[in-house]
Amino acid sequence: MNSMTKPRAWESFFWPAVAAGLLLAVWHYSVVWTGTKVFPSPLSVEKAVAELLQRHVLWADIGDSLRRVAFGFGAAVVVGVPLGLWLGWRPAANQVVNPVLQILRPISPIAWIPVAIIFFGVGDRAAIFLIFLGSFFPIVVACVSGVSSVPPVMRSAGRNFGLSTPQLLMRVVFPAALPQILVGVRIALGIAWLVVVAAEMIAVDSGLGYLVIDSRNSGKRYDLVVAAMLMIGIIGLALDLSFRRLERIKSVRWGFRNAA
Amino acid sequence: MSSTEAVVTEPRAGQKLRVEHLGLVYERDGESIAALEDINLDVSEGEFICIVGPSGCGKSTLLNVLAGFLPSTSGSVTIDGESVNGPDPRRILVFQERGVFPWLTVEGNIGFGLSKLPRAQRDERIAHYVQTVRLEGFEHTYPSDLSGGMKQRLQVARALAVNPDILYLDEPFGALDSITRVMMRGELLRIWQSERRTIIFVTHDIDEAVQLADRVVVLSSRPARIEDIITIDIQHPRNISSPRYLELRDELLKQIGLAYEV
Amino acid sequence: MKIPVRLRPVLFIAALLAIWQIVIGCNPGQLLPGPIGVAGGIVELLEHGLLFKYVVASLFRVTWGFGLAALLAIPLGLMLGWYRRGEMAFYPLIQVFRPISPLAWIPIAILWFGVGDLAAIFLIFVGCFFPLLLTAMSAVHAIPAVYFNAGRNFGLSPSAFVSRVLYPAVVPQLLIGLRITLGIAWLVVVAAEMISVNSGLGFLIVDARNAGNRYDLVVAGMVIIGAIGLLLDLGMRSLEQMKSFHWTSSEG
Repeated sequence: MNSMTKPRAWESFFWPAVAAGLLLAVWHYSVVWTGTKVFPSPLSVEKAVAELLQRHVLWADIGDSLRRVAFGFGAAVVVGVPLGLWLGWRPAANQVVNPVLQILRPISPIAWIPVAIIFFGVGDRAAIFLIFLGSFFPIVVACVSGVSSVPPVMRSAGRNFGLSTPQLLMRVVFPAALPQILVGVRIALGIAWLVVVAAEMIAVDSGLGYLVIDSRNSGKRYDLVVAAMLMIGIIGLALDLSFRRLERIKSVRWGFRNAA
Repeated sequence: MSSTEAVVTEPRAGQKLRVEHLGLVYERDGESIAALEDINLDVSEGEFICIVGPSGCGKSTLLNVLAGFLPSTSGSVTIDGESVNGPDPRRILVFQERGVFPWLTVEGNIGFGLSKLPRAQRDERIAHYVQTVRLEGFEHTYPSDLSGGMKQRLQVARALAVNPDILYLDEPFGALDSITRVMMRGELLRIWQSERRTIIFVTHDIDEAVQLADRVVVLSSRPARIEDIITIDIQHPRNISSPRYLELRDELLKQIGLAYEV
Repeated sequence: MKIPVRLRPVLFIAALLAIWQIVIGCNPGQLLPGPIGVAGGIVELLEHGLLFKYVVASLFRVTWGFGLAALLAIPLGLMLGWYRRGEMAFYPLIQVFRPISPLAWIPIAILWFGVGDLAAIFLIFVGCFFPLLLTAMSAVHAIPAVYFNAGRNFGLSPSAFVSRVLYPAVVPQLLIGLRITLGIAWLVVVAAEMISVNSGLGFLIVDARNAGNRYDLVVAGMVIIGAIGLLLDLGMRSLEQMKSFHWTSSEG
């Protein structure tokens, strides 16, 4: 929606640059004018980024965070998608199970930390469990919703061609629900990325989240703090964009035609 | 319920579909509502039957029972002597909307029911039916890039590809604009004349019925009963200004109780 | 014997609770409490008046953080959604900030606001701001072009257009976004309280464990968090259903 003329191609680079420049300027001058000794200026953050990139530890931290996401999120997909599909297919089952999910869902994964530590001890596995918890619910919800919004006509058509129930699920219901499932999975990936950082700030001692809290605790290196935050933002964005590419695959693209 | 692939059957003369004292009653809010009442119908092999009736009278319900999607509460439906118990690839229903699978190309859709065939035979059939419905050049196109008329043609091709004994069509042209509708009627007739399938076609459009059908079944409003079965004895191609055409059309309109002067 | 439909979820939950209790009973010396222990914990919290106090503290922070975020993000988002160039300018920045967990802002929050309520409210604000911004932008995009044309056709002035076309058109989608973001706020407050303040449900969990391994209170806290989060969600849903907001067409 716009109330002006259609923007030209160069403008898609120009305006973001203007906004970024504005932000940097405001940032820089606030640091200068308030005379703060602690909060980093854009320049010091830039140097901190360079410092991080040179440190091998950064890559290890990024690797740790991504690895935990891979396991936790992967487990959520492996468990959540079949469960969600089944609940969507059998509304009676959904009606029974759904209340339990609705009660568990608003409990922040972080609140599960004490329980997680009892089961898994302090460390990776607890973090992976938390990520699993965070990703699980959006995936199940999206699968249920995707399956129940498959037009009945398509199910009838599938039956008409003689498909048994497992075949119907595989060849009609799943492909029809896939666009919605993918959206839910992508959102769950975003949540996983948020949870891993939070978990690393509390329950483990490696990873980008840990880098944020550690930079502050051991030396008040706020330039490193901000640099780490930037990395978190950029990698999170990269994850989201890569996943969106999946949504362009031809056999799924039909479901996104009218998506915002 | 059969999950076998349809095999090409020898055409049989005479009785194809027989409906005897068919009734359907369902419950809603504790009340029993009769949707269909005492429907009797005999359809011969290769006939083109239209079912017409006022809106909401139960035409689609009847078609769904004939196709096996809904069980009847009384009476029977038999095809070639075998009673209809559920959906089956030997009797394919073409839907008004959203019938094609959007994640498959034209080829993928047409080949949907052919998975049990060997590759070469499958490809050959797909190519044949792409041609039959005149969608050449669109084999690798996805339904979201097809027009409404093309999507319906695709559904018909998909249905024909499994060589069904009977083809059911539930207001297939209802969602199309009137010009496309006229073209599609011609296409359907052409296909019917070359393949001589048994077709049962539900419509609310009287003209459509008179233009297409050998016989027109008129249903009353709910509960649906057969008011009359009118034979259209005009040869194809039918002239829609001919006196006989107008006569039959008027008769149908009268049956449905509509004034024919606006 | 057919179990009535309404009763089935209740029986299912009862069955789960029973299994939980049995498993705990079979493992004595376990730190984790069973449902009976949790119920006892809830009662204890009620008796000491802590339950009410902590719930209020958490809700207070949510209200402020969420409220401020909504107040700022929604008008801003509507404007950005309207002015395409504005959106083009800020969209990349928003996309970089959004994946940063609110908790990662803790060092900065503490630097700016010290340890305490303000820091927690700030974290909730950050967690809600970007999603609400995006929701508002997307709500403007979703307005069908025909509405704009109709508005112009009837010669509406800009302010009349905003109040009579734009606002009603975006409210349904905004309400959904608000509900989802409120859920986010509830998740963030609990996490924020576990780190940076000394009251509230999140604090309860951390404190109960640290000061004596009172896992019955820990799990009691979790249950209460879940229950209140669910109530918040249901409350927002009933708002969406209210006649005066419920005008999306059947395709909504």
